[in-house]
Amino acid sequence: MLIPMRSGPLLLPLLSAFAGLLACRPPKPPDTPPPEPARLSSLEERGLSPVEAAPVINPPPLLLTGAKVMTAAGVTHDPGWVLLRDGRIAELGAGEPPAAQDARRIDLAGRVITPGLIDTHSHIGVYAAPDAQAHSDGNEMTSPVTAGVWSEHAVWPEDPQLELLVAGGVTTAQILPGSGNLIGGRGVILHLVPTRGARAMRLPGAPETLKMACGENPKRVYGERGSEPSTRMGNLHVQREAFYAAERLLRDWEDYTQEHEDWAKDGAEGDPPTPPDRDLAQETLALVLRGDILPQVHCYRADDMLNMLQLADELGFSIRSFHHALEAYKIRDVLAERDVAVSTWADWWGFKLEAWDGIEANAAMLAQAGVRAVIHSDSPIGAQRLNQEAAKARRAGAQAGITFTDDQTLRWITANPAWALGVEDQVGTLEPGKRADLTVWDGDPFSVYTHAELVIIDGSLRYRHDDGSQPWSDWTLGREVTP
Amino acid sequence: MISAALLIALALSPTAGATGLASPGCTVIAGAKVYTPTGPQDDLDVLLRADRIERVGPGLNEPGCARVEAKGLTLTPGFVEPWAQLGLIEVDLEGASRDDEGRGPDLRAAEGYNPRSSVVPVTRVAGVTSVVIAPSGGGLAGQAAWVDLAGGTQAEAVQSASVAMVWAPHEDLPVALYELRALLEEARSYGKSRAAWEQNRTRPYTAAPRDLDALQPVLRGELPLVVTVDRAADIESILRFAKEERLRIVILGGAEAWRLAEALAEAKVPVILDPLTYGPSSFTSRDARPDNAALLHAAGVDVMISSRQLHNVRVLGQNAGNAVREGLPHDAAITALTATPARVFGLTDLGVVAPGARANLVLWSGDPLELSTTVTGLWIGGEAIPLVSRQTLLRDRYLTNPAALPAPSL
Repeated sequence: MLIPMRSGPLLLPLLSAFAGLLACRPPKPPDTPPPEPARLSSLEERGLSPVEAAPVINPPPLLLTGAKVMTAAGVTHDPGWVLLRDGRIAELGAGEPPAAQDARRIDLAGRVITPGLIDTHSHIGVYAAPDAQAHSDGNEMTSPVTAGVWSEHAVWPEDPQLELLVAGGVTTAQILPGSGNLIGGRGVILHLVPTRGARAMRLPGAPETLKMACGENPKRVYGERGSEPSTRMGNLHVQREAFYAAERLLRDWEDYTQEHEDWAKDGAEGDPPTPPDRDLAQETLALVLRGDILPQVHCYRADDMLNMLQLADELGFSIRSFHHALEAYKIRDVLAERDVAVSTWADWWGFKLEAWDGIEANAAMLAQAGVRAVIHSDSPIGAQRLNQEAAKARRAGAQAGITFTDDQTLRWITANPAWALGVEDQVGTLEPGKRADLTVWDGDPFSVYTHAELVIIDGSLRYRHDDGSQPWSDWTLGREVTP
Repeated sequence: MISAALLIALALSPTAGATGLASPGCTVIAGAKVYTPTGPQDDLDVLLRADRIERVGPGLNEPGCARVEAKGLTLTPGFVEPWAQLGLIEVDLEGASRDDEGRGPDLRAAEGYNPRSSVVPVTRVAGVTSVVIAPSGGGLAGQAAWVDLAGGTQAEAVQSASVAMVWAPHEDLPVALYELRALLEEARSYGKSRAAWEQNRTRPYTAAPRDLDALQPVLRGELPLVVTVDRAADIESILRFAKEERLRIVILGGAEAWRLAEALAEAKVPVILDPLTYGPSSFTSRDARPDNAALLHAAGVDVMISSRQLHNVRVLGQNAGNAVREGLPHDAAITALTATPARVFGLTDLGVVAPGARANLVLWSGDPLELSTTVTGLWIGGEAIPLVSRQTLLRDRYLTNPAALPAPSL
């Protein structure tokens, strides 16, 4: 190719560029598909690739018989039976069980079987026991928006509290960042089995979640440092800005994807378009906007919750569950209409002003209005007795003239939290095909005197009450706790 | 809709201002299962007159007295929370609403008590009629008081302005004992030389004279010293210290107290514990056991149960139920919630259903510790208390239509 001699100073660079193009590009074989575009979802996969293999158990088939079987799916078999196979609930029913010759039969007369309990709000592992400076890993309170941090990276699998939850009948827990930040980071949904790393403890297939907070906590934390937010208006301002930045990122990804498509269609000549720069925080928020990450929003007051719903509408996403939500009863019509779950307590209130109007009948009034009411713990003490907390919430309903069956009450700590965490297809009820996560109680699960006797996760026995076997946490090993 | 509880409450409160009914001055609660000092007995009647229980027995017929039919229900003394800042703190995170700061032996928590705190009705409608209120903070914080959860004034509510001296030792125990030992030595010296001190003829004291005065009942063993301590080794040190200094002490917390059950029983040292304490929530509660209360009780220790809460003192019954779940006998749990704190803190006419006792009573729909049981009747100082709190009012306001906010009518 002839290069005009007049282009003097440009000549060499042009020549070398052209030569470079020719030299580094081998002739394309015919019919090669153009390279795939980068995708947010593949970046996600990259961030989630495991090192430790998830626990693989091949539990033998089990046939549990003679117990009262509470399915949390509208049906109770008393007495009933449940057949577990390959880590799943194979079948269940009333009365005499079928002859399942290959299954080990366990007679559980006098016991009550429920789905394993699910706690939507826990800081186990990120605020591990014993209480220590070194264990304070739940709040990355160095900036009000830390959407890019992941609870999973802070969960300590040796936290002795994990097995205490299992002893209380809990089989799945969402571990969240604290509420010091407006956007604290991703939560992680754990299946409570012993592993060496937190990633292997994830409930397979569970969606990602994002912790957000409104109200007093973030504005107090940052207000005391003289930075924004220091008011409720600062709270909303910072959150809106963060989400709008994510909206811009989403548009950049859409533009890039379109450019890539066009480039591929045009013969994939030259370098492919460059994807947007990585930004872990904005990517997380972008995935919330796309509906791939489920927002879990700590919020107490009715007006604060309405502000958060407005924010969600403005940006086009849905809040999956409010947490704490002590005034949710005041806006239960709105929450029911939008199908926003509410994770709350039976009776905590009063420790701060936004908690002043808490009432014991909150869960009952919500459930009556068609809201998915959830009893959560946000406490290692509450988490060991979610069944008791649900019982108290039911009692408060009765005092208000709202009554619930055992099955309905049970849903507050099983099926409803499963939905709030986006895992309702896997856990939360005793139905064929779901994971074999069961708690066997030594009596009425809503009695203060009842223990969890056996806890089965994925069809494998994970806890037996008072069996004197070694604790699973290394921290607890070596303690003799006998009188 | 009016709940059954409210209906009964209205029926039971002849002195309720809203109804304007005159008080008959006496009430017979008839036919309940009554928790007497010797245990529960079925079908007993309890006669209240003025602020006292007058008689307990079957088939009491008192003409002219109000009558509450309680067949199938359970009657206990009002539950006692042995340790809380209830009425001293309104909202934890709002400093302006707090009157709980401790300073020294001469500080009196009773002076900060607000009988009209919102927390009072919320607590009593769950069956807790009395609280030992204590100042917060580290070191020798001041004097705790016993309050009943009724009465609009401190004079009506405070049953005893000084029931215990509060000591939350510095977390470094040798430092804490070093300091207290020195202070008690000064207090002893001051106590013996009071007259000489007035004439400026004693050695100088570092502590304030009023504080040294306030310590005299502690030195005489008349006022118990309530010590916040969890770890077994620390409890052992403190037992030894108390013996050397001839102090009457009460352990508060006692997460690992089960390890010294025999020593505590022998020294006659009561323990206030929260049955929900678990290990290893902290370095000092590493060996906490859920059957702590059961083990201590079996060894003969006086056990008291605390919620370790403020706004949620109402969970006291649930906490006790958990202790029973882990082996504490049911009757012992009821005693732990009633007679024991009254006896330990010197209010011998409280905490029991017996003639002459102050009429603090709760009528329950069933087992007071079970989670399905509700309070159906409540008396404090003989006065029937409506089962209404700000929370029941909020509930009722929003019960029918959450969007229908109140408006005046023409």
